[in-house]
Amino acid sequence: MTRVVITGMGIYSVIGQNLGEVRNSLYQGKSGIIFDPVRKAMGFRSALTGMVPRPVLKGVLDRRLRVGLPVQGEYAYIATLEALKTAQIDQPFLDQHEVGILYGNDSSAVPVVESIDILRSKKDTMMIGSGYIFQSMNSTVSMNLSVIFHLKGVNFTISGACASGSHAIGIGYLLIKQGLQNIIVCGGAQEINAESTASFDALNAFSTRESEPTKASRPFDRDRDGLVPSGGAATLILESYESAVKRGAKIYGEVVGYGFSSNGEHISLPNVEGPARAISMALKDAQIPPSGIDYINAHATSTQAGDSNEAKTIDSIFKNSRPLVSSTKSMTGHEMWMGGASEIIYATLMMENSFVAPNINLENPDETTGCLNIVTETIQKEISVFLSNSFGFGGTNSVLIVRKFIP
Amino acid sequence: MQRQDIIQKINQLLIDEIEIDETQINPSANLKKDLGIDSLDFVDLFVIIENNFGLKMRAEEMTNVKTLSDFYDYIVNRIIPN
Repeated sequence: MTRVVITGMGIYSVIGQNLGEVRNSLYQGKSGIIFDPVRKAMGFRSALTGMVPRPVLKGVLDRRLRVGLPVQGEYAYIATLEALKTAQIDQPFLDQHEVGILYGNDSSAVPVVESIDILRSKKDTMMIGSGYIFQSMNSTVSMNLSVIFHLKGVNFTISGACASGSHAIGIGYLLIKQGLQNIIVCGGAQEINAESTASFDALNAFSTRESEPTKASRPFDRDRDGLVPSGGAATLILESYESAVKRGAKIYGEVVGYGFSSNGEHISLPNVEGPARAISMALKDAQIPPSGIDYINAHATSTQAGDSNEAKTIDSIFKNSRPLVSSTKSMTGHEMWMGGASEIIYATLMMENSFVAPNINLENPDETTGCLNIVTETIQKEISVFLSNSFGFGGTNSVLIVRKFIP
Repeated sequence: MQRQDIIQKINQLLIDEIEIDETQINPSANLKKDLGIDSLDFVDLFVIIENNFGLKMRAEEMTNVKTLSDFYDYIVNRIIPN
């Protein structure tokens, strides 16, 4: 079995448009959450959201490559450019080698809405144009990036709700481990707009702390009142160890474990047992005991039930070793289909720079979360191994373990 | 609208909307081989022409439209009756 390493990373996040900005934001405990008056005017119960500026790709990409690319594809393009640059992989390399793409995405709302609005207005599908079909599909990101970068390996999108980005890395890890592909562009992308979050707001799931946007996402805190939707894109280059050594690539970390499970219960309420099985599976895959985990990047989205259940899960497995825990969603909000991938980047940046970012807004834990060793202020700390949780609607669970690379 | 006005407008739309390089605009240019206008671009051209000239292009009428000059004639003949 082949070892699987991370040789490139790139990010377009509400806390920074590149790795350097993100690292600084993590270290400073900076929030990327704002109040969006457009959503309020539309009738949202909560107008809180993470926000990124829309990339300007005219002049960067030809029109034909832009026309079928929705906004989350634009984020993913920017993130992938940075990932390939940090991996020192250029276009001639991509042209000469079989590189695949496995990207997490689970929606593309705006293109569907816009194309149907045109149809309803013009009563003629010939007025819709050529781009919307490609923008509308869940596989829009992997589809577009494989064309833009001339990729010739595995090519599909993984949809697993809020675990999409994490599962994409997990499946990429499995393919490389089994020797089926040497290099895979893995990641997660999430559109940021009202259209994709309106029906989520309908569940009363979002925080309504609109008077203090940067304090609204408060995972594990007693006064948490819901999640804050967010988005952007994150790309990792996963590679076989042999391929990385052959081309002298820098290695940012090694993916050593992937665990997955399904809860088999409620479509939106998490449980304790399902995530616990996924964590156990990842630890077994990595051949690392619970005591070997230095830091857990929690899924914790700032919901009452979700954070409590995850705390119980973590405590049930790690109660003797009590690793450091934080949820970067306290700063970024819930990046949904992007989150599983971005959180690997956030934790790898911490590992690379020897610090643990704070779980901001944790003023008072509650009776279920108080048992965890949660980092509330940035601390300098050598992290050798971290574990990252991602759980999604439908009870899908994904757990990844990444270790500092030891040759 | 005069023929020259129509041609000028078509050229500007090709430059602004389809992002054809201004230096490539030449009546003898082959739409596909010289200007790189493929089948998907034609779908967008249908929309652009209808939005700007109020004219519905039909795919079956485009089979003999090969050059920019052919395209000018196709549009002009639909707008200015003979």
